[in-house]
Amino acid sequence: MDTQSNEFGTARVKRGLAEMLRGGVIMDVVNADQAKVAEDAGAVAVMALERVPADIRRDGGVARMSDPALIEEIQATVTIPVMAKARIGHFGEAQILQAMQVDYVDESEVLTPADEAYHIDKWSFDVPFVCGATNLGEALRRISEGAAMIRSKGEAGTGNVVEAVRHLRSITSEIKKIISADPAELFGIAKNIQAPYELVSEIHRTHRLPVPLFCAGGLATPADAALVMQLGAEAVFVGSGIFKSGDPAKRARAIVEATTHYMDPTILLKVSRNLGEPMVGINADEVDVKMAERGW
Amino acid sequence: MALTVGVLALQGDFQEHIAVLSELGVSTREVRSPKDLSGVDGLILPGGESTTMSMLLESSGLLLEVAKALSEGLFAFGTCAGMILLAREVLDGRSDQNGFALMDIAVRRNGFGRQIKSFEADLVVNGIDGPPVRAVFIRAPVVEKVAKEVAILAEVSYSFDDDTHRVVPVVCAQDRLLACSFHPELTGDTRLHQLFVSKILSEK
Repeated sequence: MDTQSNEFGTARVKRGLAEMLRGGVIMDVVNADQAKVAEDAGAVAVMALERVPADIRRDGGVARMSDPALIEEIQATVTIPVMAKARIGHFGEAQILQAMQVDYVDESEVLTPADEAYHIDKWSFDVPFVCGATNLGEALRRISEGAAMIRSKGEAGTGNVVEAVRHLRSITSEIKKIISADPAELFGIAKNIQAPYELVSEIHRTHRLPVPLFCAGGLATPADAALVMQLGAEAVFVGSGIFKSGDPAKRARAIVEATTHYMDPTILLKVSRNLGEPMVGINADEVDVKMAERGW
Repeated sequence: MALTVGVLALQGDFQEHIAVLSELGVSTREVRSPKDLSGVDGLILPGGESTTMSMLLESSGLLLEVAKALSEGLFAFGTCAGMILLAREVLDGRSDQNGFALMDIAVRRNGFGRQIKSFEADLVVNGIDGPPVRAVFIRAPVVEKVAKEVAILAEVSYSFDDDTHRVVPVVCAQDRLLACSFHPELTGDTRLHQLFVSKILSEK
């Protein structure tokens, strides 16, 4: 058979990697040592970045794509997929990340947005993209731009899961509404949530989001992971929650176990014991910058 | 069909396998702990991260129990990470990576390259009639060595990063084991799963 028939960068190939990460934990890491700890603990992927969201919050200033040398060092250290973040609308950063062969690009509200009107045209890339969403309309707009995975935005760097729960519940309840709607109502729903009719219709037909739905933003404990998995998340991102805690290796491992055994309280109890100090956390109404409001 | 196939449900795209088996009318069971293995006629090892699955197999007690069941003749079908779990030898893995080491093949983890090198291809699979099988390879393992006891049911041709152009095995069978380096569960084509189910039924 000729290689001419091998096709790269198809929607199925891009979404396929997200399918493989299901039931797993993707961990934020800022250097090779942390990446090793994450892989040792059973992470399915790492997100390589210079500062975790809690530090971006603390430091202020413009948050940009990480130095490629840092990402390359992490790529050289682990065997699992390596993701990295580009600013919303910053296709220049995304092109560099693709040239480095990162496995997924996160067009992320955690960084300072680069474009106030447009997100990246993700169809024009072979590397897959994940984007955040706070509701179904936002999720479907990102999918129509080519996102191959959706994650709740939550409120990154707070250690508070409440926003992630709000976004997840909002997305899943709107999906349920579409499933039970009369076909004639789908046009009105699409208009109301400002999403393409074709994607709304696809949900009505298939009973699921066209791409995997993961949860991110404020997760800090094994119980948090179990909570969002039971609410319909298919995998979890943990940012500041691991390496801002007292015993990162143990907590990381516990969150991996909790994400797999999210329906088994006996195992959840066992892995939740003696994890040391969690990250301190910030309440949602004490947050100065709402990262979740970035993007639209 | 009075057949129950377990699907290892620790991590990865196990739901996709369950959907394909259900379409074939096969009863399924999610396997997360040793007790879930009782009464299953076959076991599917799905796609996912093999390092993560290896750790969860150990902590759940399934590593030893599945190995025992396989040695007693349980049928198994591994896709992608599942193929790695079945392979006798794993290249470019982690040194502490555990598996069942039963199929006499050597596989190289992520052998086609990073995600950007992931691809789709049409395959002719020995034993499957009709149009070609559309195969989706995601950071897939490359089968580097195959013992003579192993039957190669399909191959793919690929231009590798080192500028070599090679034809490598992608579907392998040995005794009660079937393994493929791609994801038949992602395309809605039920024929490879049917092949596995037929294999079980022929000896049941």
